Amino acid sequence: MTRFLLPLAVFVVLVGFLLVGLGLNPRQVPSPLVGKPAPEFQLQQLHEPEKTLTSKENLGKVWLLNVWASWCVSCRQEHPVLVELSKSGIVPVYGLNYKDQRDDALRWLQQFGDPYAASAVDPEGRTGIEFGVYGVPETYVIDKNGVIRYKQIGPVTVEALQNKILPLVRELQG
Amino acid sequence: MRLKLLSRSSLAACGSSKNDKGDRPGALEDIRANGGGFALLKTALLLCLLLFAPFAGAKEAAPVAEDPEIERRMVALSEDLRCLVCQNETIAASRADFANDLRREIREQMQANKSDKEIVDFLVARYGDFVLYRPPMKSTTLFLWFGPFIFLLAGALFLVFYLKRRRKHIEEPALSEQQLKQAEALLKEGKG
Repeated sequence: MTRFLLPLAVFVVLVGFLLVGLGLNPRQVPSPLVGKPAPEFQLQQLHEPEKTLTSKENLGKVWLLNVWASWCVSCRQEHPVLVELSKSGIVPVYGLNYKDQRDDALRWLQQFGDPYAASAVDPEGRTGIEFGVYGVPETYVIDKNGVIRYKQIGPVTVEALQNKILPLVRELQG
Repeated sequence: MRLKLLSRSSLAACGSSKNDKGDRPGALEDIRANGGGFALLKTALLLCLLLFAPFAGAKEAAPVAEDPEIERRMVALSEDLRCLVCQNETIAASRADFANDLRREIREQMQANKSDKEIVDFLVARYGDFVLYRPPMKSTTLFLWFGPFIFLLAGALFLVFYLKRRRKHIEEPALSEQQLKQAEALLKEGKG
């Protein structure tokens, strides 16, 4: 009987590994930028192209940077959550309008509501590369010192907001 | 009517003899001539399209560096980089928008005289080691690199151990005096 014990143990361990592997999401690639200063940018604003939005403007406060686009389907899914969040006034949300057309983006905000304190325009995705964006939507939590503290890959869900983002924001706001 | 004229003139310009036969004048011939005109017009249009096709294509094609050397370097480098959108494709092979952007980025950095290593470091700093198809050797990837060899060694040790133990179990069959005699007799018989 004992001679089957070792193979059985190996089998159980293997199944354990495979089960954990099934639950992991290969699309969630952890960002090496978490814990590092957010890349600097100076971009045109969506609503007022003559104005710019810079990364330094928000030093001293905790803020969210939400990468969005009018062509992005999942952005529609998270949008009501962001609108609610912005209404609550807990934390300012800034938008990075990623590889979009200005007209489309403005129409989109008109249609679904505008949760953003301001949106910066990144038509060619260059600032996106600086932030390590590889899909839309993505949301960054940036602290008072301008350091990225968390990256939400994919839509901001109510769960993600309540379990991760808001507790972190409160902690950072101190 | 205008079209007809046009077709006729194009016909004339190309020096077709179809209309000059004139053996059966009338409506039918007219239609035929027209048909021929249309065919020629079509050909002319097609030729025009073909003539301008390269320009039309140039508008759609992805931008390439003027320098073929940079293009070659870019492709060589991006063949070792993973596209994070379609994760089983290289940045060189992927048609995803993201891969296109990264190819542009790599190209531009090469034009700015950055070395391959600097570019790879730039990408790793933003996208992590996942962007590399060849993971770097460091403390967190030691098991990834050496795990297979550890398993191989463990397997080999197990095999040696198992074979040794097995040999102990298989004892030489002891023959009795009588059996030996019998065997000798059988061997002699075979020789005789």
